[in-house]
Amino acid sequence: MNDASVPAHNLPTVQLLTPEGVFAPSESAQEYLPYLDRLGEDDYRRFYRDMAVVRRFDTEAANLQRQGQLALWVPSHGQEAAQVGSAYATRAQDHIFPSYREHVVGMIRGLDPVDILRMLRGVTLGGWTPEEHGNFHLYTLVLASQTLHATGYAMGMQLDGSTATGNPDTDAAVIVYYGDGASSQGDANEALVFAASYQTPQVFFIQNNHWAISVPVERQSRSPLYLRGTGFGIPSVQVDGNDVLASFAVTAKAMDDARAGQGPALIEALTYRIGAHTTADDPTKYRSPDELASWIARDPIVRFRTYLEGRGAGSDFFAAIDEEAADYAADVRRRALEITGPDRSVIFDNVYAEPHPLIDEQKAWLDRYEASFEGGDA
Amino acid sequence: MSETTAVTTTTTTTDVVTPAEASVTLTMTKALNTGLRQALLDDPKVLLMGEDIGPLGGVFRVTEGLYAEFGDKRVLDTPLAESGIIGTAIGLAMRGFRPVCEIQFDGFVFPGFDQITSQLARMRNRHEGELTMPIVIRIPYGGHIGSIEHHQESPEAYFAHTPGLRVVSPSNPHDAYWMMREAIASNDPVIFFEPKSRYWPKGEVDFTEPGAPLHASRVVRTGTDVTVIGHGAMVSVLLQAADIAATEGISLEVIDLRSLSPVDYGPILASAEKTGRVVVAQEAAGFVSLGSEIAATIAERAYYRLEAPVLRVSGFDTPFPPAAVETHFLPSPDRILEAVDRALAY
Repeated sequence: MNDASVPAHNLPTVQLLTPEGVFAPSESAQEYLPYLDRLGEDDYRRFYRDMAVVRRFDTEAANLQRQGQLALWVPSHGQEAAQVGSAYATRAQDHIFPSYREHVVGMIRGLDPVDILRMLRGVTLGGWTPEEHGNFHLYTLVLASQTLHATGYAMGMQLDGSTATGNPDTDAAVIVYYGDGASSQGDANEALVFAASYQTPQVFFIQNNHWAISVPVERQSRSPLYLRGTGFGIPSVQVDGNDVLASFAVTAKAMDDARAGQGPALIEALTYRIGAHTTADDPTKYRSPDELASWIARDPIVRFRTYLEGRGAGSDFFAAIDEEAADYAADVRRRALEITGPDRSVIFDNVYAEPHPLIDEQKAWLDRYEASFEGGDA
Repeated sequence: MSETTAVTTTTTTTDVVTPAEASVTLTMTKALNTGLRQALLDDPKVLLMGEDIGPLGGVFRVTEGLYAEFGDKRVLDTPLAESGIIGTAIGLAMRGFRPVCEIQFDGFVFPGFDQITSQLARMRNRHEGELTMPIVIRIPYGGHIGSIEHHQESPEAYFAHTPGLRVVSPSNPHDAYWMMREAIASNDPVIFFEPKSRYWPKGEVDFTEPGAPLHASRVVRTGTDVTVIGHGAMVSVLLQAADIAATEGISLEVIDLRSLSPVDYGPILASAEKTGRVVVAQEAAGFVSLGSEIAATIAERAYYRLEAPVLRVSGFDTPFPPAAVETHFLPSPDRILEAVDRALAY
């Protein structure tokens, strides 16, 4: 693991599609093959469509940031397969706790990505109501904090009897996303402790994109991250995160098991952050062009396109997707530019659920202060 | 465990007190226990979480008997991880539960500090009012018990400084019962500081009437010469000081803050304007403290009625010392009276 560009070959990484787009399941993938039976041709094309659309959206959002329309952008370029595959393994009743890079997971759960841009444009600290957007919870910027919220939420599902009843249409589970950097946080480890102790219906989905801003994964862990879960007594697996089918199948099994009362699981998805950490970052300062090139050669979208072409998808299909993605990005850009700031009352609104004299006094004072400039001679 | 009907001063923590029955004399631990039990009975969404709160009943026995009565789905003995306790409580609250978390000792809250201040306190705001966080975090706090490091601290200012949190501290068993009930009923997160040194003295608990709302400060002894203000265990110190002062012909008005965020300034300013002299007392270090904030606010709002600057009596700006010298560190009745004399000298 000393060279981030070369996955260790002695690991039982689950892979269904080779980087060349050939369906050749690894030995470790055999138990996951039945989960592919759930997918039809429309699903395959939907996977491709979502990966292509979010990549185009990602480019557009980065452009918006460079043009001063967003305070920051958090690219997901390169991680599409890990996110799309795992997102399609969730069911309507499941709850998703993202970190802050899982844009396409939110889109698959019904979130308008413009709501994500609202937060990054600085007009809200949140952006959406999880229950009205596919149970896709708010982004969490303090790394790994959400792992504990997810575990607590999963404990709540156990306590209110909405999981492990034997009804797959209603039994629920939680999936929480975090990264290789966040895996070092105390909260990520405490969440594993609680999840193992209470056997929560929960999947920990680590996207190991190999870089925590400028620090390589080797600084976070000297052993593969999935072994962290094993050490806590949680069944854990490493998957090729640039293989959308493997990401789907592995997550589908883990979520099924969680909903059925078999407790938590951990998935380490090996992927790569092709872009910068955020638009404030400069990855050329800390990683080599060769390493980047080696991962570009394993691009998840190119890989899946090759596979779909082998299944008969023609150039018309891909051209239509490209056009849809361009339209999608243009629509997001147009609506992002229409985002307006909130009234100043948002400073004071919803700090507390119940009346609070200090907040009320300060809000009234600011109103008087601002009013003193309005309609006056000055 | 027995269904006690005739509650007397012989009540022990293993007896169940039924609030409907009487005004009774209880320790603060039993009053808190009764409040928690009633909350568990009244609302199936109320959960207790913490370290050693199950079969043991907590290291101070505040939850004694509740695990046996309500079971492990209502009273959760958690792994030993404070951030884990608070963080999972947040997830449970998102799911509609009303967790009451016990932090075992004041000095052990800091592993959970990030979850409290960066997450819990802001969740409602971040969700633009679509989410409530009805979580109570109980923290036994303060000195006077001769214990070791991290077991005698008063960290309330950190939490009072954090927007989104409410912070309260009862000084007596009656308030402990009612403030716990109200804190659990609140839809905001409440940090509930329990004065350890007041856990065991008994006091009357009137189950029919709370007497004051959760966030009200209260005049607990009327006087005319100097106003002395404090919370938690400090209130009994102030009352002792008032007794001594009375023998010297000095009349102290004692105010129990009860709520540290928000602070109820009505009774405080009324008293300050009446006496013109104010001493604020606290076990916490004085620098950037509740006492500092209250002194500044009194100075701003009652300036022309003051005869003397508002004085503070605090723990020193040092780590809480070895217990062998804690009596020199903690504000005592004599330290209060020294400040009273200084206030009167203006």
